[in-house]
Parts: sequence; C-alpha cells; structure tokens
Amino acid sequence: MDILGKRYYFFALSLLFVVSGLILLAINGVPLSIDFTGGSMLEIQFDSAPPPDTADIISIYEDAGIDDAQVTSTEIDSLIIRSSFLTNEVRDGVLTNLQSTSGTTVSVIRFDSVGPSIGKQVTQRAAIAIAVASLLVVLFIIWSFRKVENAFRYGVCAILAMLHDIAIIFSVTGIGAYFFNWQIDSLFLTALLTVIGFSMQDTIVVFDRIRENSNIFRKLEYETLVNHSIVQTLQRSINTQLMTVEFLLLALALFGGVTLQEFAIVLLVGLLSGTYSSIFVAAPILVLWEKREWQTWFGRSAEA
Amino acid sequence: MIRNLTNRIVLIVLVVALALWVNLSSEIKIVNPLTDLTMFSRSVTPRLGLDLQGGLQVLLEADLPENAQIDSAQMEVARDIVQQRTDALGVNENIIQVAGDRRIVGEFPGLEDTESVLETIQQTGLLEFVDTGDFSPEPGTILTTDYSPSGEPVEAPEGEVVFHTVMTGAELSSVIVSPDTLGSNYIINFALKSSGSKLFADHTSANVGKFLTIVLDKQVISSPIIQNAIIGGEGSISGQFTYEGANAFAVQLRYGSLPVPLKIVETRIIGPTLGADSLNKSLVAGLIGMIIVVSFMIIYYRLPGIVAVLSIFIYAVVVFGLFKWFHFTLTLPGIAGFMLSTGTALDSNILIFERMKEELRNGRSLIQAMDLGWSRAWPSIRDSNLAAIITSVILFWFGSSFGATIVKGFSLTLALGVIISLFTAIYVTRTLLAITLKNFKSQNFERWFGL
Repeated sequence: MDILGKRYYFFALSLLFVVSGLILLAINGVPLSIDFTGGSMLEIQFDSAPPPDTADIISIYEDAGIDDAQVTSTEIDSLIIRSSFLTNEVRDGVLTNLQSTSGTTVSVIRFDSVGPSIGKQVTQRAAIAIAVASLLVVLFIIWSFRKVENAFRYGVCAILAMLHDIAIIFSVTGIGAYFFNWQIDSLFLTALLTVIGFSMQDTIVVFDRIRENSNIFRKLEYETLVNHSIVQTLQRSINTQLMTVEFLLLALALFGGVTLQEFAIVLLVGLLSGTYSSIFVAAPILVLWEKREWQTWFGRSAEA
Repeated sequence: MIRNLTNRIVLIVLVVALALWVNLSSEIKIVNPLTDLTMFSRSVTPRLGLDLQGGLQVLLEADLPENAQIDSAQMEVARDIVQQRTDALGVNENIIQVAGDRRIVGEFPGLEDTESVLETIQQTGLLEFVDTGDFSPEPGTILTTDYSPSGEPVEAPEGEVVFHTVMTGAELSSVIVSPDTLGSNYIINFALKSSGSKLFADHTSANVGKFLTIVLDKQVISSPIIQNAIIGGEGSISGQFTYEGANAFAVQLRYGSLPVPLKIVETRIIGPTLGADSLNKSLVAGLIGMIIVVSFMIIYYRLPGIVAVLSIFIYAVVVFGLFKWFHFTLTLPGIAGFMLSTGTALDSNILIFERMKEELRNGRSLIQAMDLGWSRAWPSIRDSNLAAIITSVILFWFGSSFGATIVKGFSLTLALGVIISLFTAIYVTRTLLAITLKNFKSQNFERWFGL
C-alpha cells in the first residue's frame, strides 16, 4: 500500500477542511461563551402556563438595568436567557418578576454567572495551559527519540500534526457554531487539551515504529521505510481509534444528553483528526523534510 | 516468559478482591475479632458532582485591587469562616476550597435553597460589644446576646443568660495597630462613628472595672476590662499583644470575621432534574459504548480479545474502587475521561495483540510471539501514556487555579485511568495471557487468534 505517494492529496484534503471551517469562524466571529467573556446564562422552565413573550422578558431585564438580554428557546420547552453579568440580587428580582408576569412557578434549570474579570483571566490561563502542554510534550518526544538521527524533526512534525488537529477542532467548532449555535466554553477547552495529548499518542506510535524499523532496515530508502511503518501501524490505529475510542464517544454524543453532546462531538472529531494527522500529515512531512521537496514546489514542479 | 506466575496471580486476585470490597460496600470497617472494637473504618459512599445531582457552585474572589498581595494564611482563614457559616445552615457535603491565590470555590451539591447560602456567604460577620459585667469569658465561648439584626427580641434557651449588646461592629470607623508606650507590646486603637461614641461613652462611664466582651458571630474573641470611661469616641484595647496577634485582632474588628473581603464573581446553579437526567443518560451511553467495544474485541481478536475484556473489567473495578476510596467527585466530564482512558487501556492491549499476530505470521511459536509482541509494543505504550499524563497534569493545574471543577474532574479521571491502564497492560493482560496460552494446545491460529 503506497500511502506516501499520495501525500499531496492528503495535504489538500486537510487544508480544504481547515480552511472552510476557519472561514466560517472568521465571518461569524469566535463564539466565546460566558466562561471567557463574562456574563450570565439563565435557563428556566415555566411549570404550567405558556412562557411570556420574549419582549416581556427583555423588558423585565431592562427594568432591572440589564439591556442586553437575549432569549432563545430549547427543545425541552425551556428558555435560555443570556445577558451581561447578573448579581444574585438582580437575578432574584428578575425571577420574581417573571413569576408574577407569567402567573406560574418558574423553576431554574441552570444558572451560570461569570464576572468579567474572571473571564479575561480564564482566557489567558487557557492559552498558557495549551502552550505549556504542547511544549512539554514536544520536549518529551525530542528526548525520547534522542538516539534517532534528526530527533528534532520528529518533535517539529509532532507539533505540526498537533497544530493541524487544533485547526481541525476550531474548524469543526466554526461549523457547529454556524449551524447549531455551539459555543467555546471551558468544556471545549478540556476537549482541546485532551486532543493535544492523544494526538501525540498516535504520532508517537507511528514514530516509534519508524524508530524501530530504521534500526532493522538500515539500507532501505527513507520514504519506503516510513511508508512501511505506516502500513504496519495502520491496523492498530484503525482498531484503537475507530473501533474503540470513537464508538465510546459516539455513544456519548448520541445518548449522553445535551450537556455533553458538543464536548463528545468535538472530542470525536479531534481524536479522529489526531489519528489521521499522525499517518497522513506527520509522517509524510518527515519524508518531505528528508527529501527537501520544497525546492521543487516552485519552478521545477512540472518534473516532480 | 514470566517466571513467578503464581505471585502475579495472587497479587491480581488480591487487588481485585480489595477493589470489589470497596465497590460493593458503602463503608469499610475492620473489627478486631477478639475485642469487638472497630480498628478501622472509612466511608466509601460515591460522591456525585454538581452536574450529576444538581446544586450550587460559587466562586468568591478577594475584593482587593488586582495587584494586591494576599497572604495565603489569610485566604485559609477566610475559607474556614465560609465553611463554618455554611455548615451552620445545615447544608450537607458542602466543599469549600481555596482556588489559586485569591479565590475560594464553594460547592453545595443537591442544594435547592440557594438564596440563603448566597446571603450567608456574602454577609460580613456580626461583631458585638457585649456587657458581661464581672464575668470574663474565655475566648471561644459561645454567648447568647440580646441583639438581633431584625430587631425582634431574642428568646433565650432554658437556663442560659442573655447578655446585653452595647453596640455592634457597624459603629467602628477605623482600627489601627500601634506599639504601646513601653514599646514592647502592641495595642489596638479604634475610633467610633458619632452614634457609637455616645453609646460607648454612656456605657463605659457607668461600668468602669467591668468587662466589655468582644463577640464575633456569637463567639468570644476577647474580653477586655473597662479601665476608664471612653468619652471622645476613640479608645484602645491593650493586652499582651504581639504584633501578629494585634494585627489578627484588628483584621477581625475591621472586616467582621473575614480577613479578606470577598465578593461573588461566579455563580452556577444546576437544577436537580437536569443533573439526574445527565447521570442517567451518560450511564446508558457508557453501557452502550462498552457493549459495542467488548463485542468488537471478542469478534476481532478472539481468544486474546476475551483476555483483554477481562483485563478491562479489572481495570474498571480498580479505577472505580480508587474513586470511592479517595472520595473523588464523579462528574460528567469525569465519566467522559473514564471512557477515554478505557480507550487507552484497550489501546495498550491492541498494540500488544497486533504485534503478537505479526510475530505469529512470521512463524514464531505462541509463547515466543507473546513475549516478542509484548516487548516490542512496550516502548510505544510507555511513551504515548506518558504524553497523556503530562497533558492531564497541566489540565489539573489549570482547573485548580480557577475552581473549574469540571476540568479538574476530567483530568483526574484521565490521569488515574492512564496510570491504572499501564498497570493492567503490564501486569494483568500479560499474566492472564500467559496462563491462557500455557494451557492452550490448539494449532488453529486462524480460529482462536483471528489471524
């Protein structure tokens, strides 16, 4: 099986997917949740009577001095009201007013309220967490491949594969935000960091095989060697990722309830991308680097 | 080949038995058979997170300028006080933790009356100056006083004395610590607002030589004697105060009980129905996922697949046992983390089996194939799991400093799962496989190994 021969097709496929989602993100803006921006989200259900009009709810908020309330309804007949930060006193006042307007008991399903200063620091800290995690993992790879020629390249290729996965995740979120109103919250961040960890795991399995094979087949051409290693690990990658992890996550996405759905889908796509990138991005770039193919990209590309 | 197979089996059986014991009981109790005394007891009831049973989470932040240095000991004291106050409300299982250097996170699982908790947390402690006459109570004593915020008369429990509150801490306008005239000890100078000055002047002129006890949330913190009338609205409290002691006292006078003023910066309330719904759905999802994965492993890998499934069950039993033993909170992302680490555990098995099959195809004997498969798969299992542990540690750090308990729960299960999965891969799968293959005679590899 010649996987590496078709490497530019795989690069094109990745690029297409990443670019389309990122364009959506660029057009519609990054949908940051209140975890990062600060603000409130109140989800309520009206026990018997139909919920009051959106306009009424917004005016109740305006009476309380909050003029940016947005009301959306959900599949389970509840209302989600997003607004800027509510103190607990304001929330209690709003709830009392909602109760008297609708003439029925209002039950709170969920209430999240995050102060603006917290949101800013969470964003900063999240960026640091991602940077530190990726840096440590890359250092770890360079260290554990220290006996192989060009250990540095393996580390860099692992980063590139990881960046690819991060881009794919943002792209999926862009698509999800456009069609399903997804938001980037702290659970998304958790999914992102997990994918970083597991993307490395897959890349390491493939690289480990290259490391081992390069000791056995010393005279083999590098491209053939890498291709051989990929084919050897393919079965494991498919079995681990598709058959086990992806099935577990798919079950979580389908039956796991609303709270976890977005999280499970992001993880699912991210881990899939992690496997894909280890085979079709990280390893091909190693070969590309070895052959210095960029010299033929421009000008002499017709011969290539 | 594995040499001390018997030892390994004994260890595995022991670990599984212990884990099962923890899993199936709600309390671990060891009773000395000779004396009938309980030698050891530990509750192992599972703790469900807010997202699974509903409840309230609040994040409190020190209400000080962003660059102000906050003493970690003071945050600890503030935490203790918040804990005491909310405990007094009779809320069960609340967890109050310091998060980072300027925040405190409070969790109240299963709580429905969120308003009273939020009010209690936000109020500053009630400081009272109480006339105790000739009686000088020890610090820490609980006093009944006739002051109540609503102005209603206080009903004394049978047989207790109700003391008169001269004034409350609301009358204080400033509190300053300074060295006394001799310079060896410290005194606390305080100034009163005008309404307080009058009250204080009247009381102290009439009660020289009596005790004026300072009470915080009904608890005595100090009981100084009135040495002379304090007329001008400014007075001092002296005693054998060290600098630290005087400062701590002054802080209590200034902020009520809280050494650091706190404000609520984040509130999350999850209704009980949403929690129960999430719990049921994620359990169903987990079950369905596991059934699919187990069937796949057995159909595809045959005999080793059965061994892998057995070792995954041991893995699950041990992880759940550890969760119950250490009282880790089970959250939704925690369940997701558990499922992911189950995937990792399976990955180790799959790596070994794929390697084994390769060796079998190359014509090795079963035992050789097993040993080679294991030793060749080991470096990638080790490296990839270490990478996952590095990520979980960073996630845990991120979650801890923001009281983002969901992130913390996830990283904890993930890390724990990955570590236990290393144990099951190195120890359990290998041992079980060795036993199985030792007693395995058929040469039909196609049928038993899915070759």
